[in-house]
Amino acid sequence: MTAPVTPALLYLDNVTVSFDGFRALNALSLAIDHAEMRAIIGPNGAGKTTMMDVITGKTRPNEGTALFEGSYDLTTLDEAAIAELGIGRKFQTPTVFEMHTVEDNLLLALQGARSPLAALLSRRLARERERIDALLERVRLTPNRHRRAGELSHGQKQWLEIGMLLAQEPKLLLIDEPAAGMTDQETADTADLLREIAKTKAVIVVEHDMTFVRDLGVKVTCLHEGSMLAEGSLDVVSANERVVEVYLGR
Amino acid sequence: MKTRFFFDRQTVLVLSFLTAAAVLVPAMNGLAAPGSALHLPDHIVPLLGKYLCFALLALSVDLIWGFCGILSLGHGAFFALGGYAMGMYLMRQIGPRGVYSDPILPDFMVFLNWKDLPWFWQGFDWFPFAALMVLLVPGCLAFVFGWFAFRSRVTGVYFSIITQAMTFALMLAFFRNDMGLGGNNGLTDFKEILGFPVQAGSTRIALFVLSVAALAGGYLLCRWVVGTKFGKVLVAVRDAESRTRFLGYRVEHYKLAVFTLSAMLAGVAGALYVPQVGIINPSEFAPASSIEVVIWVAVGGRGTLVGAILGAMVVNAGKTWFTGALPEFWLFALGGLFVFVTLFMPNGILGAAGDLWERSSQKLRAARSPKPLTHAAE
Repeated sequence: MTAPVTPALLYLDNVTVSFDGFRALNALSLAIDHAEMRAIIGPNGAGKTTMMDVITGKTRPNEGTALFEGSYDLTTLDEAAIAELGIGRKFQTPTVFEMHTVEDNLLLALQGARSPLAALLSRRLARERERIDALLERVRLTPNRHRRAGELSHGQKQWLEIGMLLAQEPKLLLIDEPAAGMTDQETADTADLLREIAKTKAVIVVEHDMTFVRDLGVKVTCLHEGSMLAEGSLDVVSANERVVEVYLGR
Repeated sequence: MKTRFFFDRQTVLVLSFLTAAAVLVPAMNGLAAPGSALHLPDHIVPLLGKYLCFALLALSVDLIWGFCGILSLGHGAFFALGGYAMGMYLMRQIGPRGVYSDPILPDFMVFLNWKDLPWFWQGFDWFPFAALMVLLVPGCLAFVFGWFAFRSRVTGVYFSIITQAMTFALMLAFFRNDMGLGGNNGLTDFKEILGFPVQAGSTRIALFVLSVAALAGGYLLCRWVVGTKFGKVLVAVRDAESRTRFLGYRVEHYKLAVFTLSAMLAGVAGALYVPQVGIINPSEFAPASSIEVVIWVAVGGRGTLVGAILGAMVVNAGKTWFTGALPEFWLFALGGLFVFVTLFMPNGILGAAGDLWERSSQKLRAARSPKPLTHAAE
């Protein structure tokens, strides 16, 4: 481990990803601080998901730097290694293990040894149980603990997935459209939950729902065609003429 | 919690069935007078033993396919390799009693005018070595094959196709005489196993009981594996592979571990199969045999372990009857069965039985309480 070159928790510089000539990311630069929450907005195809793929090791950039904690080069690590560094990811469509119970979903996500042998010989510990109890309370799924995750409602699945993210005890959470398909009440509750999480961890939220973004009340980055278009508070960004033109509409 | 109880009941059921088989088959064969209704003819014992070996093979396929979503269409290869390892031991036991009376070389080598035993035949006259090879040869092949396939993230139908190619390539190789394993005749004409004559009734009974023990042991091993956190990760990989990766699990390591374990189980099944049928030849590598194993599992019920055992028994009993009564229709019947199961019983016999049980008990509960059912019914 070398000395950090940047104080930021996540540092992307000049990141370019092209698929057959199409530039999904075009010299994107972005820095996220410790315990910062950032909302990412932008039209479809702006590169939001590709950016998350680069950060989590699913896609290798053609060019550019991606550093975590100033010293780990994310472009050389695989998904599992990056997850162990402390980057958790929630997918756009809720992705939970449908055949497992809610409790087992959290158990699998809990921070701990990940090797096959450790899993084969693992015993359930009281400490793990307490941790799961606390997480179930936090995502309000305690009454559903023994139900199969596949039986949950859409909103409950979204929350279970956030719970799984928390179980990993990551330093940075990437959250893709958490409010999609939720009722207004659920959306407001989700904003509360994320704000609370952001007190101790860095969070990147990709979202289309402007009410939700306003609810979060954080710095906003608008992407367009793989590059950053505008950055600042939601009021500043939504006053930007280019943003209005390509995304918000007149 | 209810599911766990259900599984325990299944385990009890399997173990009592196997214990009953281990007691009844020898008793009905040895104690009941020939001609009485209870008597089990001698030729039925190895036939039942063969079914048990197939059940163990089906179990090994269910472990990877049912629980980890790895559809291997080449598991017959691991079965055959275990069988060949046992066959090589049995060939070395023939000694000078072969047709050409060579004290060392098996008949086919004398026939091919070979002078020395090839290096890879060394050690197979010693049973513990052969037994080790029964595990190691399929295990190593699976490890190397899986290492490359899983590391390159070959999944789904692509993986299935390369397993087919693997077993087909092995079949072609084993057909060649210069492979040194008997060419298309394979290995046969066995005399003794551990000093006991292979053909004797008592040896056949012993092999049958050993097959029961191997199947019970294999079942308990698989049941234990799928019950651990390791097993939960396997199911997680089956249902949402990339989610599992983003949680920090190295999916390829899990797949490799379970694939290798499964290949070893298949190898044991093959090793017990060979002395009971008296021959092993390259046709065991035929791609169609591996596909048939998958059909057994699908018929019984994928991802249940019990279903694999049930499916292997039912389909093979049907095959024995069909190939005797209406030999030309067997393949049509097998194909029809697969289509029928896929369309009407996607969870196999066990799944259909489970649904029926669930529906009748729900009716019973509904009849008892006038209130509508809620999720609390779980």
